[in-house]
Amino acid sequence: MDFRLTPEAQEFYDEVCAFFDEHLDAETIAREERTGDGFDRAFHEALAERGWVAADWPKKFGGQERDAHEMYVLDQEFLRRGCPRNTSVTTGLVGNTLRVVGTERQKRELLPGIASGRIVISLGYSEPQAGSDVAAAQTRARREGDHWRIDGQKMFTTGAHLTDYIFLLARSDASGGKRDGLTMFLVPTDSEGFEAQAVPTLGGERTNLSFYSGVRVPDWLRVGEVDGGWDVMKVALSLEQGVGFSGSAETLHRRALEWAERAGRLDDPLVRERLARTALNAEVGKLLEQRAVWMTAEGRPMRAEGPMCKLFTSEALIEDAGSLLDMLGPDALESGGGPTSPAAAAVEFFQRYAQGTAIYAGTSEIMRSLIAEQGLGLPRSRSG
Amino acid sequence: MDLALSEEQELIRETFAGFFSNESSLELVRECEPLGFSADLWKKFAETGALGMGVPESLGGGGTGLIEMALVAEECGRQLAPVPFVESAVAARLLARLEAPDALEAALEDAAPLALALRLVDDSPGQRIPAGAVAGSVLALRGGALVRVSRPPGWEPDCPKNHGSAPIASWPLAEAPGEVLAEGERARAEFDTAVEEWKLLTAAALVGLGRESVRLGAEYAKGREQFGAPIGSYQGIAHPLADCATAVDGAQLLVWEAVWAREDEPERAPALASMAFAFAAESAARAATVSLHTHGGYGFSLEYDVQLYFRRARAWPLVWDDPRRELQRLADRLYGPSRS
Ligand SMILES: Cc1cc2nc3c(=O)[nH]c(=O)nc-3n(C[C@H](O)[C@H](O)[C@H](O)COP(=O)(O)OP(=O)(O)OC[C@H]3O[C@@H](n4cnc5c(N)ncnc54)[C@H](O)[C@@H]3O)c2cc1C
Repeated sequence: MDFRLTPEAQEFYDEVCAFFDEHLDAETIAREERTGDGFDRAFHEALAERGWVAADWPKKFGGQERDAHEMYVLDQEFLRRGCPRNTSVTTGLVGNTLRVVGTERQKRELLPGIASGRIVISLGYSEPQAGSDVAAAQTRARREGDHWRIDGQKMFTTGAHLTDYIFLLARSDASGGKRDGLTMFLVPTDSEGFEAQAVPTLGGERTNLSFYSGVRVPDWLRVGEVDGGWDVMKVALSLEQGVGFSGSAETLHRRALEWAERAGRLDDPLVRERLARTALNAEVGKLLEQRAVWMTAEGRPMRAEGPMCKLFTSEALIEDAGSLLDMLGPDALESGGGPTSPAAAAVEFFQRYAQGTAIYAGTSEIMRSLIAEQGLGLPRSRSG
Repeated sequence: MDLALSEEQELIRETFAGFFSNESSLELVRECEPLGFSADLWKKFAETGALGMGVPESLGGGGTGLIEMALVAEECGRQLAPVPFVESAVAARLLARLEAPDALEAALEDAAPLALALRLVDDSPGQRIPAGAVAGSVLALRGGALVRVSRPPGWEPDCPKNHGSAPIASWPLAEAPGEVLAEGERARAEFDTAVEEWKLLTAAALVGLGRESVRLGAEYAKGREQFGAPIGSYQGIAHPLADCATAVDGAQLLVWEAVWAREDEPERAPALASMAFAFAAESAARAATVSLHTHGGYGFSLEYDVQLYFRRARAWPLVWDDPRRELQRLADRLYGPSRS
């Protein structure tokens, strides 16, 4: 039993910190706060230059064969520093899915582009009528010779205004069961008939509505079998398991502590207890995440351990950010100027941002159902 | 990060899981109420060598670390075993650290459990001592000295009945004669270590209690049908259990980390110990409450076992303190003492 980072991850951590110190400047963070893009091309390219966009991949695809422990260290630093991250995450996810289910041509033509930072990809799963019940997607895909014609609309296509492809879940056959007639594609965003429209959010992140009217996609960009999209989704969704937000919780704690120190309130028992609770939850969240990382690295089969990370860290973040905003008292409303205002503004930001963490990548209700089914052996509660 | 247990640790866990499953049935737990002690089980348990497991081999013990003891405490908690393992094992380690071989030998051979008074005698002379009701001797910090007070012949402690069947009792600690084992700074430091170990092992026992509570609830929810379906298919039942399962897993990891840190990251160890105690107490209480509710009216009846877990979940940590006060202690450990 050992709770330290592995020696390799520790070494990597030091490199990662030095890299962020050098490349993540105040301007990049300020731009992210202004635009909510979740992506900064210059930073992403610098990351690619270091070989860290796909650091876990085999060398032949431009990776460094880093293990799960090292990948965790890198991702954790994105969260801790509030670095634009969404598109890096979605791109990595699609790349990893292609590594499992992609054709030789897809691997050859796309993976090196992803690893070198040239190609970035968004997830196009959710639709206006199909969110948690993602298999109910209605966006249509019709075969037309060696092409497919896509018509429909996606919701919450984060990054779609900047990315090169949408990893799209579409219905190729509406006659059978919900999960039977789905097919997945990589839709180039420079296609005619594609459009992305901004959806601003409470956390400042920009996401999008995306529209597909008669978009033509060549068959080689189909991922997986025709009508076999659900099998691809299972792979893609399983790769999302184990995400958590303890890095955000650490930063929330640090900023709130900074407020307490500057405001001279660190002797107030109520303030102390609220801060200590956040530190405790951040530690529990980190441990749950590290367990999932360790199990992944060791190839141990996971049951409920992945969803537990997502559920605990997002729910705790909501609870703690709310508690710490209350802790600020009237300072919470101080928007500009004053010695405590940057730290207060950070806590206020987290209180909004936290709400999204319990929604995207599977809501807390879906996580609880997965834990109940896979961890406790309870019957499925979602029909259809 | 490496969470794998060594072969020896796995063996210890399996051995004691088996021991408590076989020897500490919930019928026995019921029979031992309200005192919360089975002399018979204690005898069998002592024969396993568990009492001295954390004592160096050179002093006649098993030579394991605290993590192995935490595994045993968790199994003990899972089966609500009516034996004061945590108190006795922690006190035995204290005697070993104090190089009190005679007292240690007597304790390891003696049939009666050992106990530790968790508060300073000078501040709390009438404190309720965990396992005090059944202990043969109590270790206590009195007037700056660590003393061993033996049970006066013929004297019967005053044992308040309690909802958790915790064998607590007051001893005449202020006036009873005691053998001085250490004095001054050393006495204080070793005493503090023992209290920390008690908190960590109690937290481990609460993890076991919490995990078994969730399991009982989940099993019931699979079998019980209402409105034509197992109640576990209703999210109002399933989701709170999922929350509890998550919290109990988190508590276990935190206890392990806190124990591990005592040797490997000592600067973080005090804060982690407070986190572990507070979080294990909270998670166990919630798990037992949710599990009871999952059982509907049957959970409220005395016939079903979940009530045994429910009553102990809050009682065990309260032998020490309000878990929220442990959060305040955590703040002291993280941010330094409050100046107000
Ligand atoms: C900021 C942001 C970024 C996102 N980025 C992307 C992206 O890049 N790509 C993408 O495809 N999607 C993305 N999403 C979409 C996200 O995955 C969905 O919002 C999420 O899956 C929930 O779907 P919904 O919003 O339609 O809510 P619904 O599914 O309608 O859910 C509404 C409420 O009902 C609950 N609920 C639903 N079904 C059940 C059930 N069976 N049992 C109990 N409760 C239930 C939910 O938990 C929720 O609380 C993003 C969302 C946000 C907010």
